[in-house]
Amino acid sequence: MTVRPVERPRRTFGTQIYLLEVWRGLAITFRHLFVNLGRHALRALGVKTAAPGAVTIQYPEDPAVLGRRARTRHRLLKRGDGAPRCTACLLCETICPAKCIRITAEDAPDPRIEKRAKTFDIDLGLCVFCGYCVEACPVDAIRMDAQDVELSAYTRRDMIWNMPELLGDVPKLPRV
Amino acid sequence: MSLALDQAAWTAAKVVFAIFGFGLGIAGFLGWVERKQSAVMQDRIGANRASIFGFRALGLFHPIADAIKMLTKEDFVPRGADKTLHALAPMISLGAGLFCLAALPFGGTVTALGRAWDLQPIASPVGVPLVLAVLALGAHGIVMAGYASGSGYGLLGALRGAAQMVAYEVCLAASLAGVLFLYGTLDLQEAVLWQVRHGLWGIFVQPLAFLLFLTAGAAATKRAPFDLPEGESEIVGYHVEYSGMKFGMFLMTDFVESIVICGLVTALFLGGWSVPGLNLPGMGALGGLLMAASFSVKVLLLLFLLMQIRWTLPRFRFDQLLDLGWKNLLPLSLLNFLATIWGIYLWR
Repeated sequence: MTVRPVERPRRTFGTQIYLLEVWRGLAITFRHLFVNLGRHALRALGVKTAAPGAVTIQYPEDPAVLGRRARTRHRLLKRGDGAPRCTACLLCETICPAKCIRITAEDAPDPRIEKRAKTFDIDLGLCVFCGYCVEACPVDAIRMDAQDVELSAYTRRDMIWNMPELLGDVPKLPRV
Repeated sequence: MSLALDQAAWTAAKVVFAIFGFGLGIAGFLGWVERKQSAVMQDRIGANRASIFGFRALGLFHPIADAIKMLTKEDFVPRGADKTLHALAPMISLGAGLFCLAALPFGGTVTALGRAWDLQPIASPVGVPLVLAVLALGAHGIVMAGYASGSGYGLLGALRGAAQMVAYEVCLAASLAGVLFLYGTLDLQEAVLWQVRHGLWGIFVQPLAFLLFLTAGAAATKRAPFDLPEGESEIVGYHVEYSGMKFGMFLMTDFVESIVICGLVTALFLGGWSVPGLNLPGMGALGGLLMAASFSVKVLLLLFLLMQIRWTLPRFRFDQLLDLGWKNLLPLSLLNFLATIWGIYLWR
């Protein structure tokens, strides 16, 4: 059964005078307040509690927690022989709604392959992280699973990632 | 030094303490309480980054950081605004709230150093109506702010502020009718002394009046669940065109008004400065200190409760607020008043 009927809460005298409901709400928030305060105090004294007093992740100090399938920065994949998988078919560049991908093609030395990417630039300052490029790619050359979300830079120029950087061959460093 | 000059200096010292020490001090502290209390009850940590030489002190420096930020921000007045009224509005709002603080009974009269010291800054035989009237003046600041901003959203917030005042202001005074009739005085100090004489706090004689006044008082502070003039998520409200310290003054007004309401509740319902079992007026200077401490602790506990309510309840819709004021609080206040009169008549 896909439809689950939910009965509306009835309006009784108890809920209409509101005072009891206020008290019930306050009981919940007071419980949270005092339980969390107790946990904070115990942890400050070095006593282990069942749960922490807060669910906050202190982000810059503690690393961000990402799901394994989180859609993060793009990554270019390589074939078994170490060459980039990209065949410069331009499907990703064509489908990109933000027009943030720019590919130039060249002849591939391998006679079985028609062409390959000479340059492959993604401007992350324009990217909207829709994932269409990953969907469009026929050869599984691009994925968005680099598990990297810290993508800020001081200049617009530094928001553009080139092919070696996307392949992971060269670390991304600001251009001087 | 002549006696009159001495008296004037003492009064000035009391007023300065009430406004700057008690009022603005607690108001600044409340900014921290607001952030931390809401954070802990929502399983968060709350603001904890502001530090001095690496000391974070649980985020206690955030009010200072906020004040510095507001003082150094651009003070922007929109083109269509009335410059004079725009600048005057926050002063009226905050000034009215701060004045009320000076009329609160922080303590009774104690004898020390060979003379009597009255710890109430501004003693008035009509203390309760005085505080209520000046507190109501604060609403003028809101209407003025919205009207002078030259902004539709500001005006909307101002209108909501005016309508809210209509909803709570009558009940605010009416709910006190019974308890004041019982005490037989309009003087806040006399009300405290009545409770001391009878060894009975007002909350036990007039529990309904306590609830009604606390509700109407919460509406008077313009904080959730009665933050209709602001309505942050919808219209931002009367202070939408304010920036810098002028906005900070409006922010402060809410806290100061909360302190005033809690001070009134303390004086009228929680025995004011008295501590059960202790004869504070007879203890000299120590008694005076204990009076101020007892009053402050009661006010802080009430503020804690109001803060908890503010972070628990959702905002009332407009018709719900007017219904609450006119159809529930006012009839109950009048019934309470009638019952009190009959009670006193039959008991005598």
